[in-house]
Amino acid sequence: MFKGKQITTLLLAAAMSLGLLAGCGQSKDSGASAGAGGNTGADNGGAKQEQQLSGTVTASGSTALAPLVKQAAADFMDKNPKVTVNVTGGGSGTGLKNVADGTSDIGNSDVAAEGEFKDKGLVDHVVAIAPFAIITNNDVGIDNLSKQQAADIFTGKITNWKDIPGGKDMKITVVHRPASSGSRRLVQQIVLDGKEFTKEGIEQAESGAMKTAVASTSGAVGYVDIPFVDQTVKAVKFDGVAFSKETVRSGAYKLYGVEHMYTKGEPAGAVKAFLDFIMSKDFQERRVEELKFLPASLLSK
Amino acid sequence: MTNQTQWSRTQKRKESLMRLLFTGSASLVSLVIFSLILFVGYQGVQTFRNIPAGEFFLSTDWTPSQNRFGALPFLCSTFLLTLLSVALAVPLALSGAVFLAKIAPRAVREMLRPAIDLFVGIPSVVYGLIGMTVLVPLLAKLFPGTVGYGILPAALILAVMILPTILSVSEDAIRSLPQRLEEASLALGATRWQTIRRVLIPAAAPGILTGIILGMGRAIGETMAVYMVIGNSPQMPKSLLDSTTVLTTAIVKDMPSTFYGTAWNNALYLMALVLLFISLLLILIIRMAAKRSELS
Repeated sequence: MFKGKQITTLLLAAAMSLGLLAGCGQSKDSGASAGAGGNTGADNGGAKQEQQLSGTVTASGSTALAPLVKQAAADFMDKNPKVTVNVTGGGSGTGLKNVADGTSDIGNSDVAAEGEFKDKGLVDHVVAIAPFAIITNNDVGIDNLSKQQAADIFTGKITNWKDIPGGKDMKITVVHRPASSGSRRLVQQIVLDGKEFTKEGIEQAESGAMKTAVASTSGAVGYVDIPFVDQTVKAVKFDGVAFSKETVRSGAYKLYGVEHMYTKGEPAGAVKAFLDFIMSKDFQERRVEELKFLPASLLSK
Repeated sequence: MTNQTQWSRTQKRKESLMRLLFTGSASLVSLVIFSLILFVGYQGVQTFRNIPAGEFFLSTDWTPSQNRFGALPFLCSTFLLTLLSVALAVPLALSGAVFLAKIAPRAVREMLRPAIDLFVGIPSVVYGLIGMTVLVPLLAKLFPGTVGYGILPAALILAVMILPTILSVSEDAIRSLPQRLEEASLALGATRWQTIRRVLIPAAAPGILTGIILGMGRAIGETMAVYMVIGNSPQMPKSLLDSTTVLTTAIVKDMPSTFYGTAWNNALYLMALVLLFISLLLILIIRMAAKRSELS
């Protein structure tokens, strides 16, 4: 049906596109074999193994933990140029969902997996402690919020800053995170004792957006983890206690989350190496504190 | 003679092969679309196993964590938002269309028309970004005591988005009117404005209506731009500058936290089904309006 020249052109085009696709498949295959090799070679141990690591690691979930994981990914990829680590957000709930159904290798979460995740075979790795703070816009002028006051604000009982001693006559605008957010669930557990947030207010998808919204909206109040706090927002004291490494360790400052990185089953290959890297002494002591998180071992001392 | 029969046989084979190809492609497309509607419909209807229809359509309490799925706020906000954006866009679009079709000199029209057609192609997320970073703080400043998020900035953005659509379709409708209508009206002593208002616009009404409904369809389905400026709290809006949610943003907001098969997930599919029905209804209205114009 087709003339000879057309057939040749079609065949050449098909051959070239096959070559392209074969190139795409290459790294995944070598990643799998390196993973298998890495597993058996792990018993022999040694830095030699790191040079042969290759493959892709995908991590998704908590936007609060994301800065730490992204820094770890950058450091890890420097040491292992054949490995690619992709870090995305989506919130703790999305991270857990992704790791449970295999979309991601690692699910980052600010809260422990509960309820519907119990029987999915998720293995927990605690990588850091993320302290949180209740933040307000710089024009609010409140220095401290007790747990009861914070709970009343977030459940909608108090709607004007003048009802808080020391506050001006300004409407309170609550900034929320979506239902899949680990930060949101954490604040609900610790501050609200499980009660529901008010429906009033505005919602922002991730930690960075939460901070920007509070910074630019007059009378706003929200919550975000310490690494995101800067001078555009004010982090108030919680029950009279200001955040610091010592107050978290001593238990005086109660607003913190244990950062989990879940994998489905025991990790292997590049994924295992990445997790080991994050939990290594070097990384924990240097980068974790640099990025304003706290080392995972802080509370187990 | 054998050559002729061989040639005609090849032709017949080619003919049937092509027909098979075309029929196959058309069936594939229809199959995909129908299975999509069926899937959304099936998932959506599953909601009624756990939640009474009355609660879904009439209750204003949307608290999925406590199994309360009242979608009335979303339905109302969608309705309000579409109405407001169409109300804002139509006068401007219609005036623009009349200007371009009847009043503007040829040079101006040649320049403006392609520009307006270009605007239709701007990705909606661009509008959302501008709305979030410019419009919302501006509104917060203009109306102290509000946050600037709400139906008003969303309606303003949507109006700008659907304006080119309505304008170009209306302009085409006005320009395709027979010249004798205008000439007869002028011959009877009517002024230009009277001609436009009493003769041309009513005559082009089916086409203008088509444009309006196309714009409405686009406004109803718009998700990202609206998500960035509407505040996203699941409650009835108490004013135009009160945080609320529409059907499209409700789906995009909650989908990542739901699991396939749960009541929450099914409720979101039901909302998608409602959106599908609304667009199908709008398309039907367009076809009826188009038929009317052909008859006249």
